Order: sequence, then C-alpha cells, then structure tokens
Amino acid sequence: MCGIVGLLLKKESLRNRIGELLLPMLIGMTERGPDSAGLAVFTETVPEGNLKFNLYAPSMSFKWESLLNEFRTLANNKASMSSQGNHAVLISNLPIDTVKSWLKQQYPNIHLLSAGHAIDVYKDTGRPAEVAERYDFINLKGTHLVGHTRMATESAVTPAHAHPFTAGTDWCLVHNGSLSNPNNIRRKLEHEGITFETDNDTEAACRFLEWRMREGDDLETALDKGFDALDGFYTLLMGTSDQLALVRDPFACKPAVVAEHDDYVAIASEFRSLAHLPDIKNAHVFEPSPKEMYLWKI
Amino acid sequence: MENLSFDLEATPLREINQFLHGDASNLSGKTIHISNPNGAHNIAVGLNAPVHVTIDGHAGYYAAGMNQHSTVTVTGSAGTGVAENMMSGLVHVKGFASNAAGATAQGGLLVIDGDAGLRCGISLKGADIVVGGSVGSFSAFMAQSGNLVILGDAGEALGDSLYEARIFVRGTVKSLGADCEQKPMDEASSKILGELLVKAGFQDIDVDSFKLYGSARTLYNFHVDNAGAY
Repeated sequence: MCGIVGLLLKKESLRNRIGELLLPMLIGMTERGPDSAGLAVFTETVPEGNLKFNLYAPSMSFKWESLLNEFRTLANNKASMSSQGNHAVLISNLPIDTVKSWLKQQYPNIHLLSAGHAIDVYKDTGRPAEVAERYDFINLKGTHLVGHTRMATESAVTPAHAHPFTAGTDWCLVHNGSLSNPNNIRRKLEHEGITFETDNDTEAACRFLEWRMREGDDLETALDKGFDALDGFYTLLMGTSDQLALVRDPFACKPAVVAEHDDYVAIASEFRSLAHLPDIKNAHVFEPSPKEMYLWKI
Repeated sequence: MENLSFDLEATPLREINQFLHGDASNLSGKTIHISNPNGAHNIAVGLNAPVHVTIDGHAGYYAAGMNQHSTVTVTGSAGTGVAENMMSGLVHVKGFASNAAGATAQGGLLVIDGDAGLRCGISLKGADIVVGGSVGSFSAFMAQSGNLVILGDAGEALGDSLYEARIFVRGTVKSLGADCEQKPMDEASSKILGELLVKAGFQDIDVDSFKLYGSARTLYNFHVDNAGAY
C-alpha cells in the first residue's frame, strides 16, 4: 500500500499557499504509507541559462557551504545555494552532465534528488508529518505538486527508495502499486545507456517514460507506450513543468479519486485526503477510469 | 420517530458505530444523521436494527458493510466495498461507488445512482443491486444468485464464470466473461426487473429496454460425461 496526492492550482492567489493546502492531503495518507514521504513541487523557474539541483545529504549537519565553495572552483561558475538540514538546492549555469559527474566524483554520498528549471524534490524516511516538518512543507509555494506516502513492499526503506522519482529535467513520478516486470524494463533501458540509482520498481517506470519523451514522444504517446510496457499494479501520478498526469492500470487495482474545482485540481488515493480542501463541496469528484490518461495543465 | 445527529469531526467513528451496534429494540425506528464523513472507512458497518442512517457526504471503504435490516443512505460517493456482504436492508448511494460495490452480498438492496467501479456485485450471493449509471469491468464475476441491474453500460468480462445470478443491462456491454450469455427475457425475469426498478426509484424506465444475461451453465455444472470420474 502507498498513498499518492497531487495538487494543481489554477487560481494564482492560491499558489502562495500550496504547502498549506498540501499538508492535510499528505498527512491524510499516513495510514497508507507510514514509512517514508516525499513530494515534488514546481516553483518559479530559475533565471534563464540556469538549472537547479536538489541534493540530499546523509547527515542533517552536512556542511553545504564547503560543497558550494568547492563547486564554485569548477570552471569558475557563480553557483548559489540554499539549504535546510540534509537538503539543499544548488543553482548553477553549468550543464547537467557536468554537475552530475562532479557530484559523483567529489561527493558520492550526496544524492541528486532532481534537476530542472522549476522542480524541487524533498523525500526522506519517517512518518509523513515528520518529513513535512523536517522540510517545512507548510510554507512551500508553487503551481503544482505530486506527493507520496510509502509503505514499502518490494525494496528497502531508505531515503533513495522513497518517492517521488525523477529523471531528466522537470519530470517526476509517484507510484502506488507494484510492477512485475521492472527488471526487464531496467535491462532494456540499460542497453540504451540509462543508469539506475536504486533497485526500486518505480524507478524503472520513471526512467522508461522519461526515456520515451527524450526520444521524441509527447507525454500522451509515452504513457500509451507505458500501458504496453509496464506490467503490474499501478496508479501513477506524474509532474512536468506545466502538467500533472494520472494513469491507472487496466484492472484499477490501486485507487485514485480526483476533485476538479474552478480553483484547483486535486488527486489522492482516497477522498480522505481531499476532504479538507477549500470549497470541496462544489468540486466535481470522480474516480478515474482504468487505462485512461488524465492530463491537467497549469 | 427520534432523530439523532453525529458529527464525525467531533465524535470518533468507533463511538458512532458502537452506538449503532446497541440494543436493536432501543434503536428501532430511529433516524440517525452522520455529518462530515470525509471519506472515513467503515462508517455504519455491521448494523443489525431497523434504523435509518444518513451519511451526509463522501464515505470511505466498506460503508454499510454487512448491513442487516437498516436503511443507509450515502448522499455523496462511496469507496471500495460499499454494502459488502449485506444480509438485508437497503443501502442507497446517491453519488458514485468505487470498486467491489455489494461484493458477496446475500440479501437486501443496494442502489447506486451514479456509476459503480470495477467488480460490482462480485460473488453476489442473493442480494439485488441497481446501478443508475454504468459499471466497470469484471462486474458480477462468479455471481451466484441475486440480480444486478445496470441502467448504463457494462465494462469488460461481464458475468465471468457466472452461476445463477441475473444481470440486466440497458446500455451496451463491452464484453461478456466466460460462460455468460444473453438470455431471452422471460416473464419471471421481467417481473423481477420491473419490481426492482420501482424499489430503486427508477419506475419510469421501461423494462423492455433491458437485455438479460445469465449463465450458459457449461462451466460450473456437473456434467454427465464426467460421471465415471467419481
């Protein structure tokens, strides 16, 4: 079991409150996923020519400043950073591959959570309320987000195995369910030169869809191929820089409920997590059909 | 008739359910209103008294499960397994119902005004289900007895491995499951359908606009050719 939540705010004035609106949604899914939690939020974009990298350190007292100073010596770039315990956001004008390989060489213990123009990712082990507190979720701002509470079934409970998973830039995915063919997908993608960071089944789905889009598919086409390639139980909720996407497996083994309102679109595994959204009584609440694609644009 | 109100934001669910499980003679005839259900699971499960319960909003999993004698109305939607294993009484969902609505129900009537999800009436054992909208795939899977009335459409594999339940469909059927076939609408079935439509509040719907589906009886029945095997 796991819990997924998603929120896309159509009303501009709500975007300063996305964290506050998200919090009861995520905590509402605690029973479905008490061992880890995480979210990906799409914020204001970084200045042109830059990318932001979300980093995770194994220690809450990690010295981010020395990492930044060292990083700045790389091609004399003018990177900036903000940090919060074991989480930091590095903004740099260097190419993604340069940053990735530098991190891998210099700081192999630092986990790259995400890369992109607008995406921030926070995830860690612990109950959803603890993780939310750790990263001050209540004060997040942004246009849309996906969140996840995890009850691990097929791989270990570690920060890296928590959701969301990311690949490429401004792309993230959370998953409720379990895939039965992740190793086949992994082998296929490894032939394409794609590397994996965990043995988690969700990572295979995440990298498969990102690979399809990098190969030129649009999100719809990629998801359509996903229906053929992914075997198992899944409700997948995905975020791009301007969209949320939702699919359920053909047997609808894993739940999802959607609330469409003039001001927002909210998605959760169960209505419990939608019950406290503003004016929910006037939202159109429905259960998404199996093997259908649902896409919402900001 | 006495009216009682509970607010699920103020009173724990267990307290409300324990009240509803009280002495049937005290509860009999009472009308109970539950506000702010907010998708909580197990609301009004295991009732065993002729009470009227209104769940005012969206209910979570297993609402009114194992119901006996009582009338439970959900004004919003219901989660997985609404009225599962109902024995008698009436459960009315005014919105949509999620998967496995009325699963294994043995008696009583489940009315869903909106759509029902997948596996509606799975292993139905004698209850009646009337769905105002459409049902998802694998509905009435291995249904043994009772009636499933669908005013809208049915998904894939309707009535797979069906025993002796009747399935009435007004719309289209995406596909029939193994051993499920269309049957001529006989007088007895037509009468049952007509009565169920009236009971469910759909009395204006023409009985003749439905098709009847039942078991082809090739899967489950004892076959004389196999007599020597025993």
